Amino acid sequence: MNWYGMKAIYYFEMARTWRTLMQSIASPVLSTSLYFVVFGSAIGSRMGDIDGISYGAFIIPGLVMLSLLSQSISNASFGIFFPKFSGTIYEVLSAPVSPFEIVVGYVGAAATKSIVLGLITLATAKIFVDYTILHPLWMLAFLVLTSVTFSLFGFIIGIWADDFQKLQIIPLMIITPLTFLGGAFYSISMLPEPWQSLTLFNPVVYLISGFRWSFYGVADVSIGVSLAMTGLFLALCMAGTYWIFKTGYRLKS
Amino acid sequence: MDSIISIKNLFKSYESGFKALNDINLEIKRGEIFALLGPNGAGKTTLISIICGIVNPSQGTITADGHDVIRDYRAARSRIGLVPQELTTDAFESVWATVRFSRGLFGKAPNDAYLEKLLKQLSLWDKRNSKMRELSGGMKRRVMIAKALSHEPEILFLDEPTAGVDVELRRDMWEMVRELRERGVTILLTTHYIEEAEEMADRIGVINGGQIILVEEKTALMQKLGKKHLQVQLQQPITELPDSLQSFNLEQSKDGYSLTYSFDVKQEDNGIAALLEKLASANLHVKDLHSSESSLEEIFVNLVKS
Repeated sequence: MNWYGMKAIYYFEMARTWRTLMQSIASPVLSTSLYFVVFGSAIGSRMGDIDGISYGAFIIPGLVMLSLLSQSISNASFGIFFPKFSGTIYEVLSAPVSPFEIVVGYVGAAATKSIVLGLITLATAKIFVDYTILHPLWMLAFLVLTSVTFSLFGFIIGIWADDFQKLQIIPLMIITPLTFLGGAFYSISMLPEPWQSLTLFNPVVYLISGFRWSFYGVADVSIGVSLAMTGLFLALCMAGTYWIFKTGYRLKS
Repeated sequence: MDSIISIKNLFKSYESGFKALNDINLEIKRGEIFALLGPNGAGKTTLISIICGIVNPSQGTITADGHDVIRDYRAARSRIGLVPQELTTDAFESVWATVRFSRGLFGKAPNDAYLEKLLKQLSLWDKRNSKMRELSGGMKRRVMIAKALSHEPEILFLDEPTAGVDVELRRDMWEMVRELRERGVTILLTTHYIEEAEEMADRIGVINGGQIILVEEKTALMQKLGKKHLQVQLQQPITELPDSLQSFNLEQSKDGYSLTYSFDVKQEDNGIAALLEKLASANLHVKDLHSSESSLEEIFVNLVKS
């Protein structure tokens, strides 16, 4: 195991985060906080409770999830796309590091950033909305699992993308709509059929539902299903990454 | 001397059908400076990239210090330092951070004293806190070398090390390469500057169209393929060559004051004595004689053409 190599990549990526603190931490926290202000404090006070939870508190897990998914993907994808784009990837490819160590370095750093971001966002939410966390350990587990899974997904996108447009297209065109329609702002039980059943094909539903359960003990789908679906997506991303390194897809000619 | 890099039956073809390398067999000896000479697109960078693990080979085996570069890539790669042709650097990183990163990446424990010495050797110590984007091209090239040497490799690949580099830095770099060789580092450099190979290499390999055309000791190569030229300065100009001198294939200068005779160094009888005799009998008085050897450049052009 090349511990020094893994550490070098991890610290290099974390240094990039600290260097771009405004963009990587401050800006997503600010934009999520705006949702808390508008939908939580302002409009939320005029809305009825959902599943016995005030609307302001109800949307917190979904909003944190929204920020977690988009930041994990964009950070991890940029982290590997940029060395490919600038050519500095040659050094990683020619170094005695295994694919596993490369992934732990890049994805680990992206996930760390997302976890920090999620925790800061939650702390900021407390300023505007009163909420409780019923199962803090489960909350952390979901936070970590989602960050790792979607950072890995972002890593795959970063390898796949060969221009800046492709880098943006999946987070903007797929992830954001799926999150908005995945119950970030409402309980899916509020939807009429067939939308309610169709929504179950949206993987983000399971993430938000599980995460919200860890806060308030209520969920759209059972917690076991939420965990299994997140685990399944993680396994798919791992298989994709394995295939990338096995074939050298878009890394080696 | 044993081989430190051994390449056997190496082929590389791309999906487009382009054959970049065609049955390369090459042994690099431990401790030597080997120059791989070839025109653009000959396959020099592809060959280096395959040894380093950046490009996958289609067929063939390579070992570095006895370790297969694919099966035993950790051991093989940790022995190699690569200075690529392109100046690809992390624009926003400091010199110090990027060199430390490289050392860690190659699995070495931090050793700031060694890195300090290295940066001082490369005249980079004053720039250690500068961001990469603030550096000139020449300075960036030095940083690339520092990165490649940060993990104390036994083999150093320099891919076109002096492309676009000013004269001073080129001299510095040659000096550094010699020092490295004295410390026992094996150096493989690719270049299309003949001057560079002539100046530094112990052995020269010529690659063209993905094939190694020739591998030879530099001095032997120059002897074997080299031509010598004898320039004869005359006291009086001539307008036409006497018939007795036609068989020497002399080249006549425009002003008629000098004649150039080219001969093969391999030939035992180089014909100089006969030429001088014929000159004397034709009443052409010689003022001065000057002989010169052909450069590697001429040898190279002849090889690639044929």
